[in-house]
Amino acid sequence: MTEEVRAESLAPAAREMTVSDEVMIQMIDVHKWFGQFHVLKDINLTVNKGERIVICGPSGSGKSTLIRCLNRLEEHQKGQIIVEGVELTNDLKHIEQIRREVGMVFQHFNLFPHLSVLENVALAPIWVRKMPRAEAEELGMQYLERVKIPEQARKYPGQLSGGQQQRVAIARSLCMNPKIMLFDEPTSALDPEMIKEVLDVMIELAQEGMTMLCVTHEMGFAKTVANRVIFMDGGEIIEQNEPGEFFGNAQHERTKLFLSQILAH
Amino acid sequence: MHYSPGTHPDLPAPASTVGVRGWLVHNLFSTPLNVGLTLISLYLLYVAIPPIVEWVITDATWRGETREDCDRLGACWVYIRVWFKQLMYGRFPDDQLWRINTAYIVLLLAAIPLFLPAFRHKHWVGLFLLVVYPVFAFVMFYGDTAGLELVETPLWGGLFLTLVIAVTGIVASLPIGIVLALGRRSQMPIVRALCVAFIELWRGVPLITVLFMSSVMFPLFMPEGVNFDKLLRALVGVMLFSAAYMAEVVRGGLQAIPKGQFEAAQALGLSYWRMMVLIVLPQALKIVIPGIVNTFIGLFKDTTLVLIIGLFDFLGMAQAVATNPDWLGFYVEGYVFVGFGFWIFCFGMSRYSQRLERKLHTGH
Repeated sequence: MTEEVRAESLAPAAREMTVSDEVMIQMIDVHKWFGQFHVLKDINLTVNKGERIVICGPSGSGKSTLIRCLNRLEEHQKGQIIVEGVELTNDLKHIEQIRREVGMVFQHFNLFPHLSVLENVALAPIWVRKMPRAEAEELGMQYLERVKIPEQARKYPGQLSGGQQQRVAIARSLCMNPKIMLFDEPTSALDPEMIKEVLDVMIELAQEGMTMLCVTHEMGFAKTVANRVIFMDGGEIIEQNEPGEFFGNAQHERTKLFLSQILAH
Repeated sequence: MHYSPGTHPDLPAPASTVGVRGWLVHNLFSTPLNVGLTLISLYLLYVAIPPIVEWVITDATWRGETREDCDRLGACWVYIRVWFKQLMYGRFPDDQLWRINTAYIVLLLAAIPLFLPAFRHKHWVGLFLLVVYPVFAFVMFYGDTAGLELVETPLWGGLFLTLVIAVTGIVASLPIGIVLALGRRSQMPIVRALCVAFIELWRGVPLITVLFMSSVMFPLFMPEGVNFDKLLRALVGVMLFSAAYMAEVVRGGLQAIPKGQFEAAQALGLSYWRMMVLIVLPQALKIVIPGIVNTFIGLFKDTTLVLIIGLFDFLGMAQAVATNPDWLGFYVEGYVFVGFGFWIFCFGMSRYSQRLERKLHTGH
């Protein structure tokens, strides 16, 4: 399947999504080092409620690290990160508070293999939100229905396909009723025929007004769903623009080179 | 034979690949070397098995009361029968043996539900076994309360003592080991240093040294008049010793858990302890079940070392009764019996662990 074909098939789903003025995330002069390696350089980014941001760039450009800083899976060394008005510091209380409101979907799903699908999705509501088990499982079933796999609830993650596992992972995050969703290359580990089922779920989510930051190479998704595309290289945000301009009229040489490479095949 | 396309009949599989003959050919006679090895093995079995069977069963003496009843052609199981009580209970008073037996029976009855897949309240049984039962067993064995007469620990012995030491060590070493393993991987430098020091210290000395220290050195450091029971000291020594081993086994499991599991748990907002208890430890412990059971089995057999500090466990009792002037020369029967007893328990643990592994397998 080419990018164009996929973009076509997604096209009717998107648009008509509004962005409010309310600021959800603020990154101010953020720097991060892995040892000597300067992985994030002077990142400034503001995300408003309802925005769908796609972050792309060559591997090693720091895009995953950027979104992992937003729920403190990575610690930044300089600058400020403010999520929903709470600044991320070493204070564990703040970190856990933010993590409750920020959902994350990983490249390799990271479902809990020793728990059934239903237990996976109900776990956090029970233990973090202190919800009674029956209520949490009901909520879990609702979200499993939303990602269209309620029939798999009693199975274990190891018995599902990659696409199904990723949809469970999305449902697991949604069960915490997050205000922001982070996607870290959610379709990169999937076989081609499973990518669409995951993207469809993400598009639905976008239509419902979820604030989303998505690291992905799915340019079709970026074109139809994103209201802003960010290009990163060498730890810096090189360029950001709304998708039409970004893909049609890139300003920087590095962006053009990157786009020509990923859109060429 | 020649068939035109589409008319090939469904022939049975060649006889040499299925059934008894197939199995024999495949496993025993596949190559000239294997044919030779098979024949040599059969010959060795032919030489070894009949004398063993004769000694243990057909030529053995089963009935009688004294050594004169034994003709010494085969094993003298009369010896075991005469000393059975000592081998099982040590010098525990005869009229109090019901207390041990009652504790055994309660333990067995409580454990049965754990093996029934349909039984729903396993965690209550587990709680009973871990919290209520030890207190109950201690009262039953030691007495001195609830109208039971005091039975001093020097009178404890035989298989009973072996089980007391082994079960205490096994039950205590797992939780202590888990805490030590978590501590060793902690971000907090002091906690980590303490755990590393504890593990390396206890793992670096032989169990015999630990037992000697507990029985000989420890009292020297205590103020005069303060004295702990010798068995209690040995129990604590065995417990901490095996906990250090357990900690390293558990750490192996913790290291096998992918980073993504920690990240997913953290991203959901789980706290450190919830993440460990709900996500990481269940997976880590499952991976290291073979290692844990290996350590349990090792510990079970290592309890025989308490003999050197004057506690008469199962093996120690067998050695003690072998020195009885009326029964000199029957130690082989004693050792065979004790060896068999140990084997039963260790084999049981091994089977249970395999069952557990199958049960916990969730297809990943």
